[in-house]
Amino acid sequence: MASLDRVKVLVLGDSGVGKSSLVHLLCQNQVLGNPSWTVGCSVDVRVHDYKEGTPEEKTYYIELWDVGGSVGSASSVKSTRAVFYNSVNGIILVHDLTNKKSSQNLYRWSSEALNRDLVPTGVLVTNGDYDREQFADNQIPLLVIGTKLDQIHETKRHEVLTRTAFLAEDFIAEEINLDCTNPRYLAAGSSNAVKLSRFFDKVIEKRYFLREGNQIPGFPDRKRFGGGTLKNLHYD
Amino acid sequence: MSFLIDSSIMIISQILFFGFGWLFFMRQLFKDYEVRQYVVQVIFSVTFGFSCTMFELIIFEILGVLNSSSRYFHWKMNLCIILLILVFMVPFYIGYFVVSNIRLLHKQRLVFSCLLWLTFMYFFWKLGDPFPILSPKHGILSIEQLISRVGVIGVTLMALLSGFGAVNCPYTYMSYFLRNVTDTDILGLERRLLQTMDMIISKKKRMAMARRTMFQKGEVHNKPSGFWGMIKSVTTSAPGSENLTLIQQEVDALEELSRQLFLETADLYATKERIEYSKTFKGKYFNFLGYFFSIYCVWKIFMATINIVFDRVGKTDPVTRGIEITVNYLGIQFDVKFWSQHISFILVGIIIVTSIRGLLITLTKFFYAISSSKSSNVIVLLLAQIMGMYFVSSVLLIRMSMPLEYRTIITEVLGELQFNFYHRWFDVIFLVSALSSILFLYLAHKQAPEKHMAP
Repeated sequence: MASLDRVKVLVLGDSGVGKSSLVHLLCQNQVLGNPSWTVGCSVDVRVHDYKEGTPEEKTYYIELWDVGGSVGSASSVKSTRAVFYNSVNGIILVHDLTNKKSSQNLYRWSSEALNRDLVPTGVLVTNGDYDREQFADNQIPLLVIGTKLDQIHETKRHEVLTRTAFLAEDFIAEEINLDCTNPRYLAAGSSNAVKLSRFFDKVIEKRYFLREGNQIPGFPDRKRFGGGTLKNLHYD
Repeated sequence: MSFLIDSSIMIISQILFFGFGWLFFMRQLFKDYEVRQYVVQVIFSVTFGFSCTMFELIIFEILGVLNSSSRYFHWKMNLCIILLILVFMVPFYIGYFVVSNIRLLHKQRLVFSCLLWLTFMYFFWKLGDPFPILSPKHGILSIEQLISRVGVIGVTLMALLSGFGAVNCPYTYMSYFLRNVTDTDILGLERRLLQTMDMIISKKKRMAMARRTMFQKGEVHNKPSGFWGMIKSVTTSAPGSENLTLIQQEVDALEELSRQLFLETADLYATKERIEYSKTFKGKYFNFLGYFFSIYCVWKIFMATINIVFDRVGKTDPVTRGIEITVNYLGIQFDVKFWSQHISFILVGIIIVTSIRGLLITLTKFFYAISSSKSSNVIVLLLAQIMGMYFVSSVLLIRMSMPLEYRTIITEVLGELQFNFYHRWFDVIFLVSALSSILFLYLAHKQAPEKHMAP
């Protein structure tokens, strides 16, 4: 079996928003029957056709790393989580449309994943406040997904969707709102599926097609004691 | 007239405590969740408010503030309200929210929550039978019956928490017990974790590719569903799907391993932080306190054993004993009445404040550890129930620490409870809890170093 190239995409968000259901839906095109608490990190793989329908079509593996936990975890848990944030090519931020706090926490989640220049004891340098400059400089593509759309009543939908539009704007990202228990939101050809496909294409482009020319300046690599001992551990 | 003034003072202080409970709920407990049912917040704050008012009344009793008849009236009223909340309201709402979480029973929520509440009442009542807590003179629904049962549950909880706390406190403070963790240990574990993740990924890639080729060839991978599906799958099974199930099993095992490694790594990071903390000034101070607390813990266990073995219940409280000793043996003369009042006020005040603070901290930690967005309502209500029962039984037990003249009001209000039984019961459960905590911590401590010495 020819081994394909791979990209790594993190899936972040508060516990209970539906990350595991989302990842299952994206990778296996099926609804997750019995969601349970994610401990640590669970990975799944999606096969994606880059530039589908054009002569340059190529298939890639997209690894979706679903990191469990909450922003308020103990610093020891945060330090352990940080090992998964190595060499990330894209981030999907997931929030619950029925829970405003999960949307607000996305700022802290993105800071945790993007500010990986940590002091070796694992203490975050910023205090998690929103910093527009950080997102302007950011080279890693982001996507904001809102879940549990079916639980929002028709009358409140407009207000909720306006709020999430502002949220996605802050992250300079596209947004998708869906219900993870219903595959029709991501049916082939729907606008959501197109946005998703565009996002994955952007991730692959940034990873494989920009690197060949110029080095991306200031690409934050995680500084840790021990240096580069972890670089060559990927099996294929 | 004075009754009105006293009542208004009481009401103002109740509102203050209610506000404090509200803030605590919003800022500490629910800071990562959204409060959708305000009922939960109200119930929690109300329980907290009335429990604190009881403690306030004890303090007033010692200090002699307010008219004694109005104090008595407020005691009775407060007690009735708290019992109503703890026995009727909170269990009913717990049942209601549990039932709301189950999708099937959504339509007949009220009916099922009433059923749950009736079951709770039945077991609650049965609880009182094996204990010799009450003289049989009283009717079914009197205060004494309810309080005696609430007291049993609350005293058990208090003793369990005290026993575990007394052992755990020196264990966490003292740096003697800290395992030695080096950076290489952590790096080694992290490397293993990433290797496991990579293995999982490679297997999932195979599965994804296999699914895709099967899909493109037109076979759809169906898990055998239903009875006939299972029979069919015995005779005819697509070779692709067999392969997939095999790989899926391997992936499940690897995922379990990755979870274990993640938890162990988090544990090592936590221990490393504690080692660094213990080198600071604060850490050294806590280390010293730890030695002091371990002596105190051993002494308490010893006293509990003596109490049980010799069937002895202390007749006098520590304040009067202390004063007696100083007066008789050390020959220092001072105004007994004046000093006993102030010293008992300080002592009781300290006991109350530390127990409230300790309980709130424990509840918060517990809540963070086990709640999720679905069950947060139920858990908070359970915590409110535990808190209410805990505070009611603290009042029962605090009676022991007060000089005779201040005990009368508690005895009057709570009626003819067998207070001695509660102290005996506390000692027994405390001993059991402390000894089992020692055993548990010993086993956990022993088992841990071997895991990390793996090559």
